[in-house]
Amino acid sequence: MEKHVVVIYPHPDDEAFGASGTITKFREEGIPVTYLCGTLGEMGRNMGNPTFATRESLPEIRKKELIAACEVLDVELRMLGYRDKTLEFESKDEVAKRLRTILEEVKPSLVITHYPEHAVHPDHNALGAAAIEAVRQMNPSSRPKVWAQAISNDHLEKLGNPDICFDITPFFQKKMDTILSHRSQADGVLGKMKKDPNQDKDLEAIAKERMGVERFYTWNFES
Amino acid sequence: MKAIDVDQVQQAIDRYANKPVYIHLETTNGAYASHFDDKAYNIGVFIRNAKISYEHGKIVGTDQAYRVGLKTDMGWVYAEGLSQWEIDSDDRLLMAGHDREGRLMVALEIGEKPFDY
Ligand SMILES: [Zn+2]
Repeated sequence: MEKHVVVIYPHPDDEAFGASGTITKFREEGIPVTYLCGTLGEMGRNMGNPTFATRESLPEIRKKELIAACEVLDVELRMLGYRDKTLEFESKDEVAKRLRTILEEVKPSLVITHYPEHAVHPDHNALGAAAIEAVRQMNPSSRPKVWAQAISNDHLEKLGNPDICFDITPFFQKKMDTILSHRSQADGVLGKMKKDPNQDKDLEAIAKERMGVERFYTWNFES
Repeated sequence: MKAIDVDQVQQAIDRYANKPVYIHLETTNGAYASHFDDKAYNIGVFIRNAKISYEHGKIVGTDQAYRVGLKTDMGWVYAEGLSQWEIDSDDRLLMAGHDREGRLMVALEIGEKPFDY
């Protein structure tokens, strides 16, 4: 059983779409979870539908949504204060150092982050790479495991099947509640699904189909 | 934000002319454009807190989409596709254009104080 899980993603809502089922599973087992959220998604395109945010009011709105989502998930939240879209231009060493300091304090047994180069958004790739570098620099005897999440269209082809697959349908309501906490973003992202193949199904059914399993690759530090 | 009212926006543009102002200028089709459509390209530009001064500025267009041009000492600031505006609580002129799903496509903002960074 895990001791403490640290989730490292750059944007408010990455935790909701990517790992909220897995997080819920851990929380129901009584395992503490800490979310290190890199940015406030300041440069997000979704402004609500109909729009209720502006480029300037979005950070504060997303911060509130993030806090609400973490309350739904019952996880500790730490905001890292980087700026959306700029993580790949920060010094990877400095970001890694900062993450390592936090990890050495929290002492998790497991870290969940994005799979570098297979996570589509440059912030995902950059923070995932920094997180893995942070763990790599830790003493191998106290290193947490890393589960890396790939979302690129060709990741199965390039990386093979992920070794960690959770059917999170038992926690699906919690996942939807977490997603919907990010109100400014949820409509846009869920709406995109609705436009795709299964026009006749309701959103929740589509979401369940698309997001009912959360998958991760255990990072191999040996190779 | 509300639909652009040309007269009101023009007045705001005039108000910021000939003094040092900070600009936020942006266009984007999102970091996922080519993820959802392999024929699409990811395009995005932003400049935040460029400090400029413009001699005069003008808003031109129809209710579908307006263009704003600011004439500076040695050049221009230009944005196309603006349809909504507001003066925010920090007295900054925010203008933006959104797609049908409410996603921001273009923004031009002018303020006398720097934008948060
Ligand atoms: Zn993200």
